[in-house]
Amino acid sequence: MNIGKDLVAASATPLVLAILAEGDSYGYAIIRRVAELSGGELQWTDGMLYPVLHRLERFGYVEARWATAETGRRRRYYRITSEGTAHLAAQRRQWQVVDSALRGIWTGMRFAFA
Amino acid sequence: MTELTDALEAQITRWRTWLRRQPALRPEDVDELEGHLRDQIAALLEAGLAGDEAFLVAVKRMGRLDAVSREFAREHSDRLWKQLVAAPEEDAASGRAARREIPVVLGLAVAAALAIQLPQLFGHQFGESGFYALNASLFVLPLLAGYFAWKRGLDRARCVGLAGAFAAAAVAVNVIPFEPGGHTELLAALHLPIALWLAVGVAYVGGRWWGNVAGRMDFVRFSGELFIYFVLIALGGGVLTAFTIISFEAIGLDVEGSAQRLILPSGAAGAVIVGAWLVEAKQSVIENMAPVLTRVFTPLFAGLLLALLAAMAWTGRGVGVEREVLIAFDLLLAVVLGLLLYAVSARDPLAPPDLFDRILLVLVVSALVADGVALAAIAARISEFGFSPNRVAALGENLVLLVNLGWSAWLYARFVRGRGPFAALERWQTAYLPVYAAWAALVVLGFPPLFGFA
Repeated sequence: MNIGKDLVAASATPLVLAILAEGDSYGYAIIRRVAELSGGELQWTDGMLYPVLHRLERFGYVEARWATAETGRRRRYYRITSEGTAHLAAQRRQWQVVDSALRGIWTGMRFAFA
Repeated sequence: MTELTDALEAQITRWRTWLRRQPALRPEDVDELEGHLRDQIAALLEAGLAGDEAFLVAVKRMGRLDAVSREFAREHSDRLWKQLVAAPEEDAASGRAARREIPVVLGLAVAAALAIQLPQLFGHQFGESGFYALNASLFVLPLLAGYFAWKRGLDRARCVGLAGAFAAAAVAVNVIPFEPGGHTELLAALHLPIALWLAVGVAYVGGRWWGNVAGRMDFVRFSGELFIYFVLIALGGGVLTAFTIISFEAIGLDVEGSAQRLILPSGAAGAVIVGAWLVEAKQSVIENMAPVLTRVFTPLFAGLLLALLAAMAWTGRGVGVEREVLIAFDLLLAVVLGLLLYAVSARDPLAPPDLFDRILLVLVVSALVADGVALAAIAARISEFGFSPNRVAALGENLVLLVNLGWSAWLYARFVRGRGPFAALERWQTAYLPVYAAWAALVVLGFPPLFGFA
């Protein structure tokens, strides 16, 4: 399934913040986690993740630091801040509203898809 | 971590090089993206793909690089307003050289600022004695040449040659028995920097002066940009000086005299070195200013000259024949030459002639006609004036510029009509550079004995 560009862009912030709320992570692992969570349905262009991460960093939702992984490779690790956690909670409420509204109407439309 | 084959490493390096050229990406971002690419490749290799397959898939998943870099540019639009003082970051070796460069530059700037104060210790007051006027350039330009000698790694023989040239100039202007406040002294003070600028140019091109058209053209570009930087720094320095004077006056201290004696000469001397370094540091970073100003002012000057010629033809008025008129026309030719030089220096030599080239040709030809009228008027009555040093200097300068512009107009006209290459004009301009220095040296060294040191 090809998910529309706008929806991918809109869901990027809550997804990234939620993944970082699970624990510190770096770009490649975040992409892997997104694929895992969506069963491979949500495909991001890998390069586009980094401008998103940098934007979140600029807003103060995440912090970044360089660290050397056990493989010996230097990676930029991101950590969610308290502002980021607050923003994630707000995003979550908004998405729940959207989600429940869509659910409400889609339950009524069940026959249309049958 | 799996070892990658050389072929794969080479591919990653190429990919990385492309990213490095994107202005919106910092080296750090490139490192981050490269780390991602390597993680992806490692995972794909583990899944059983061959090396180049893994590379292709990983690159594909990274997305179109121009789109990614555009996204970076959107997020970091500040980076496109490039940081002025950031030394261009290249590989590690030149990065170290760039870090060493700042102390060297600051050291030279401070040395220039202090050197210019030295004579005050020996009773030469700034702005009062001919000593300063004559020697000012000798306190700064050798340091500037030294900076480029260091930066370009000039060999010992050439360093000695340049030092010898500066030393000879210093000895010459100080042993020539100028009549204090005389014309030849003033002329020498004005022309010495022009002559010495050639020595700076030799250092700038790393000693490879002969036949080095590209290097000389770079030196022309450098000179124009340095001038602009110097003016900008001088404006800032003027504000600083004004604030210094006003704020000390507020607490009842009059520092105007010492500010003029200390800040002005030292600031100017240091600004030359710092300006030169800024031009060097940002040459690849920011659009050059001189060509932009050239584009703005060429049509305006062309319009002015055409209006002047039309007014002369309409009213039948000739030009006056005072010395000031000759100097005014010298300045006019110098400006036109400057516009021509910077237009030439910024032009893609392979592009076909366009409207701007025609405007430039109109500018040069109308300047030549106007100057021809002025020269004819002066030549007709030169015997009445006699040959004073100022007149001969002004006349000589006029001829030097006239020859250059005349031949340039010819070459330009050929180019615009598609009969000759643009490169011929470039070669002519760069080949002519030593002529200015030679004429200036003649004024400095030859005029005093010719005119009895008056």
